[in-house]
Amino acid sequence: MKLITAFIQPHKLTAVKDALQAADVTKMSVTNALGCGQQQGYLETYRGVKHRINLLKKVRLDIAVNDNYVDKALEAIIESAKSGKIGDGKIFVTDLAQCIRIRTGERGHKAIG
Amino acid sequence: MRLMWNQLKKAAKPLLWAMPLLLLPILAYADDATAESNATAINTVWTLVAAFLVFFMQAGFAMVETGLTRAKNSCNILMKNLMDFCVGSIAYWAVGFGIMFGADAMGLFGTNGFFLSAADPTTGDGLWQFAYWMFQVVFAATAATIVSGAMAERTKFSAYLFYTFFISLIIYPIVGHWIWGGGWLSKMGMVDFAGSTVVHSVGGWAAMVGAIMVGPRIGKYNPDGSSNSIPGHNLPLAALGVFILWFGWFGFNPGSTTAGTNLSIATIAVTTNLAAAAGAITAMLTVWMMFGKPDTSMTLNGALAGLVAITAPCASVSPLSAVLIGAIAGVIVVMSVNFFEHTLKIDDPVGAISVHAVCGAWGTLAVGLFAQEVYGTASGLSHGNGLFFGGGLHLLMVELIGVIAVFAWTVAGSAVVFGAAKMLTGLRADDEEQIKGLDIGEHGMEAYAGFEIFVTD
Repeated sequence: MKLITAFIQPHKLTAVKDALQAADVTKMSVTNALGCGQQQGYLETYRGVKHRINLLKKVRLDIAVNDNYVDKALEAIIESAKSGKIGDGKIFVTDLAQCIRIRTGERGHKAIG
Repeated sequence: MRLMWNQLKKAAKPLLWAMPLLLLPILAYADDATAESNATAINTVWTLVAAFLVFFMQAGFAMVETGLTRAKNSCNILMKNLMDFCVGSIAYWAVGFGIMFGADAMGLFGTNGFFLSAADPTTGDGLWQFAYWMFQVVFAATAATIVSGAMAERTKFSAYLFYTFFISLIIYPIVGHWIWGGGWLSKMGMVDFAGSTVVHSVGGWAAMVGAIMVGPRIGKYNPDGSSNSIPGHNLPLAALGVFILWFGWFGFNPGSTTAGTNLSIATIAVTTNLAAAAGAITAMLTVWMMFGKPDTSMTLNGALAGLVAITAPCASVSPLSAVLIGAIAGVIVVMSVNFFEHTLKIDDPVGAISVHAVCGAWGTLAVGLFAQEVYGTASGLSHGNGLFFGGGLHLLMVELIGVIAVFAWTVAGSAVVFGAAKMLTGLRADDEEQIKGLDIGEHGMEAYAGFEIFVTD
């Protein structure tokens, strides 16, 4: 079992959701996130005064998958979130020790699927 | 206590005797005032107070449109509502007012009075022109501001500025001249007392053309043609806006007598209020029956639908007729919103086309159905009875011709203006800007800085 954590551009969320759906990955958590990477933010102006927004708005996806779904999910995210421009985001894949469905008490890969 | 009271009475006695003396200067002044000059004063005050109420409707529109759209586009919609009044004021002062009320040419447009040249501060009549212009400019701005809601969340700001200049410069004033300025429709006897057609249909049809030409918001329609709801971000603001509009309408309709000496302002206030109430109730019941819940935003639209519908007939109908006109408008607006959303697939985020164009047309036709000579005469209008009161089809036909003519002119005129805007600056904000929000893309700022807002759809 793996946990896929992806940080993507907010305006790519719909596309990523659709791509994951097409790859049979339908369960995910989505949260608003702020972050900075290579890109040093952008400029806003307020009443003529410039201020640099350093932390950019991103969307964080947390997706727990069984091992045979990892590649499909990653491919779907990369395909749909990629614009080729700086700020497209990052994906982290980590091992998942356990997964429990609260309603039934199921554990492991049964609880994920 | 008793003692004090007696002392007071004693002290006050000379004062009481002196009271008539205090009145003397006032009486002397009153000798100069005639019944006529008092009437002018009353009319000027009434017309200006009404103008100020109608001006406040700009705030109402701003709040309705902001509330019914998403947080990421709030700065943009506020700027549109602010600037259409500002740009419109200048355009209407320079040209629009002259086209609307200047000396008639062929029944089509006015030809003088540009830059308020007919207004003269040295005469009573000249001063009245200022009051009258003030009242008319807030009406012109109302027609202009209707459009921003229907085109919300996807229209380039510069294109909107371009359009709003021309609606106040020429599109609205031409219609105003036809119906209010002595043009061909007014000669035919068309009755549109406060502007269901002149103001609301013009704004509404222009909004429809704009919404078609700019296309639906990204994410509104799925590839299979089904539509997604895009909920507004602040219903309390939308409700505040509707209450402000309702309040402003008490200037819009009763003020259209432009005479405080015309006591029919009382009946007009009553018909206005009853129609709004009935419209909200029937819209709520309709949406409740159709979709299972009394939808807040649709009920708010229902109140506005009743107000728009009663705007033309407000001075010509009985209170009972007003209830019926408003009640029918409340049903129409729900049906119309569905029709535009699902059948025509025109994306109108705030329901402006249904409220203003469709219910404006209904209200104008309602004059031909519900008008009663006795109410019209009291308001200083000269029209016969409508169809339901034995007057036959004549008035209804005249109203119908007016509705169709204004539709044709407004659609053609705004198609030209939006077409020109499309060539000059482009009409539509690109997809990425729409998704990030027009606040960042067009204005470089956020309306709710420091708040966490989902910007994902």
